[in-house]
Amino acid sequence: MPDLEQLSDRNREQSVAKERYVVRFTRAQRIMHAVLFTTFLGLAATGLSLRFSESIWARGVAKGVGGFGAILFIHKLCAVVLTAAFLIHLKEIFVRGVIHREKGIFWGATSMVPNWKDVKNLYGHFRWFLGLGPKPQFDRYAYWEKFDYWAVFWGMVVIGFSGYAMWFAPFFARFLPGWALNAVLVIHGEEGLLAILFIFSIHFVNTHLRPDSFPMDMVIFTGVESEEEFKSRRTDEFKRVAGQGKLEGRIGEKPAAWLVNFSRVVGYAAILIGLTLLVLTLSAYFRE
Amino acid sequence: MAGSGAIPLETAGPAGAGMKTVFSITLALFASALMALGTPAVGQTAADCLACHADSGMQDASGHSISVDGQKFGASIHGSLKCNDCHVGIKEYPHPEKVAPVECKTCHADEASGLGGSVHADKAEHPCTSCHGEAHAIFPKADSRSAVYPLNIPRTCSVCHGNEAMAKKHGLPNVYPLYMDSIHGFALSKEGLLVAANCQSCHGSHHILSHKDPQSPTYKVNIPKTCGSCHAKIADDFEAGAHGTAIAAGNLKAPVCTDCHTAHAILQPTEAAFRMQTTPLCGSCHKDKLSTYKDTFHSQVGSLGGYVQTARCWDCHAAHEVLPASDPRSLINKANLVKTCGACHAGATVRFVQYQPHANARNRKLNPPLYFVRLFMNLLLAGVLAFFAIHTILWLIRSRYDQVKRKSAKGDKHA
Repeated sequence: MPDLEQLSDRNREQSVAKERYVVRFTRAQRIMHAVLFTTFLGLAATGLSLRFSESIWARGVAKGVGGFGAILFIHKLCAVVLTAAFLIHLKEIFVRGVIHREKGIFWGATSMVPNWKDVKNLYGHFRWFLGLGPKPQFDRYAYWEKFDYWAVFWGMVVIGFSGYAMWFAPFFARFLPGWALNAVLVIHGEEGLLAILFIFSIHFVNTHLRPDSFPMDMVIFTGVESEEEFKSRRTDEFKRVAGQGKLEGRIGEKPAAWLVNFSRVVGYAAILIGLTLLVLTLSAYFRE
Repeated sequence: MAGSGAIPLETAGPAGAGMKTVFSITLALFASALMALGTPAVGQTAADCLACHADSGMQDASGHSISVDGQKFGASIHGSLKCNDCHVGIKEYPHPEKVAPVECKTCHADEASGLGGSVHADKAEHPCTSCHGEAHAIFPKADSRSAVYPLNIPRTCSVCHGNEAMAKKHGLPNVYPLYMDSIHGFALSKEGLLVAANCQSCHGSHHILSHKDPQSPTYKVNIPKTCGSCHAKIADDFEAGAHGTAIAAGNLKAPVCTDCHTAHAILQPTEAAFRMQTTPLCGSCHKDKLSTYKDTFHSQVGSLGGYVQTARCWDCHAAHEVLPASDPRSLINKANLVKTCGACHAGATVRFVQYQPHANARNRKLNPPLYFVRLFMNLLLAGVLAFFAIHTILWLIRSRYDQVKRKSAKGDKHA
C-alpha cells in the first residue's frame, strides 16, 4: 500500500519537525560524565589486570599498554584525572549550594539526596515489576540514578583514599596503624571490583540496555531528550516544570547529527569495552 | 733392508720436560742430515715410523687410518716421545700386522683409575681420545688447541651431551644448549673468560660421577661446596642460612644452589626472567607463604610480565643467608625491617613496617581487623549486586512484557 506508507512517512516527518527537545544535562555535566567513564575504563582495565595478574589476558593487557611498567602509570594517571574531576564536582556543589544558596541542591525534587519519595518509588517499582500496581512516576533523578551517583561518590572516597594510601604508603603510615596498610589493598580491590561489576552490569542495563532505552540512552551525550521522552520518563519533573511555566526555558536545540553519531561510536565502544571487561572479570573471579 | 734383519729400536720411558729441548735439537740435526743425504731414513726416532706412516692414505686391514701427521705430532704434548713409548708392542721393524692397543694408563695411571669408577668407565664407548682429541695431536689443557682447553670443553662435551639422540638413550637432559645460554656459557663463549665455569669445573674431568652418587661434586649435599669453589662469599652466606644448615644436617628437601639457579641454564639473577621464575620455586615448599604473597600488591604488579622492581621472596628474606625472623641477623628481624623495607620504600618508618607482607585476610585468628574488613567488603559487594540483580532482572522482564504488548496492540491497529 504505497499511499499509506507515504502518508505515515509524512506523518513521521511532521511529528519529527514538531518534536521539541528538553535540556537535561549541561555541557559541563556531560563532559564530567565523559571524563568519568573514560578514566573509569582506564582504571578498570589496568586495575583488573593487577587484581587478576595471573591470568593470561592480564598479561596481554599489560603488554598491550606498553609493558608491565605502563600499567601502573596509566592506572595512576587515570586516578589523578578522576580525582581532579571529583574535586571540581565538589567545588561546584559547594559554590552552588553553600555560596549561592541555590535551592534544590541539598534537598528537594532536584537534589541527589534520597528522600521519602525514592523509597515509595522503589516500592512502587517492585510492585509494578510484579504486576501489582501502576508504573511509578519519577522526578528529575530516579532512585536508581541516585544510587548510581552515591555509589560513585562513595567509591571515589573509598577507592581514592585506599589508592593514595598505597601510592604514598610511607606517608600514610604516619597516621595509620600497620594493619591498615594491609586493609587498604583489600578495600581497594574489593570496592573496585564492586564498582566494575556494578557499572558494567547494573548501570549499563538500568540506563542503557533495558528495552526502553536500548541500545543507549543518548541524553548523557547530547544533553537533551525529546519532549515526549521527558514527559514519559520523568513525568513528575515534567508536571512540576510545566506547572511552574518553566518548560519553555528548558527547551533546547535538536542535537546535531555529528554529535549523535559521535556519541554513538564513543558510547558503544565504552559499553563494548565494559562488557568485555565484565566477562574477563567474571571468568577470572570464578577461576580463582 | 728388510731382509737384513730387525733393527732394534730404542725403547725408553716417558720423556721428561727437559728432554723436549734436547729432542728438538736432535730432530733438527737429524732433519738436516736427512736433507743432506737425501735418502730414506733408517734410525731410532719417530721419523723412522713416519717413513711409512706419514702417508696420509695409509690404512690398516680393517680400513682405519694409520697415518700420522708428523708435524702435528711433533708439536703435540707427546711430540718428544718415541712411537713405541705408547705403541709398546712394537720392538723392531718390520712390526707385526696386529699391534697391542695403546694404553694411556701406563703413564696416566691416576687419570685412568679415576675414569675407571666414573660414568665414563666403559673404555670402548669413552676412549681417552673422545675427550682429548686425535691421539697424535694431544695438547696440554692450557693450550688453546687442546680439546680440553677451558674454552673448548663445552664443545668437546657437547659432541655427546649436546646430542638429542644420545641424551635420550641415556636418559640425560640435553644440557649443552642450556649451558651455552647461561651466564656461565656467555662468559665463556662471548667473553672468553677462562675462569668461567665450564663442564669440568662442576663435574670434574676423569672421575665424573652421577649426581646421585654421594661422592659426586654434583650430589645435592656437595653442591654448595662445588659452587663455592668460585662463589666463596655466597657459599658462606648460604651455609649460615636456614637452607644451608638444613642441608648440612642432612635434610635433602632444603634447596641448594641449583634448585633456584638451575644447574645449566643459570640466569643473571637481576634479569626479569630469573626474577619471574623464583617465586613459584620458593612457593613449591612454602605453599602458605606463596598464597598469602599472591594476595599482595608486591605479587600482583610483579606477576605482570616481570615487573622487576617489586619485592620477591629473596628481596626480603635474603637469597642465600635465609634466616628466620627470630634471628637478629635476619633481614626480616624486627630490628632490621625498617632498613629492609627501606631498600625500596624510601621513608619507611617503624609504623610503615608493621605492614604484613603475608597477611591472610581469610584467617580470623591471625588477622582479625583484616578479616572483618574483607568480610564487610564482600558482604557489601554481594549485597549490592544481589539486590540490583534481582531488581534489574525483574525490570527487564516487565519492560519487555510491556514492549511486546504495546507492539502487538499497534499490530492489531494496523491490521
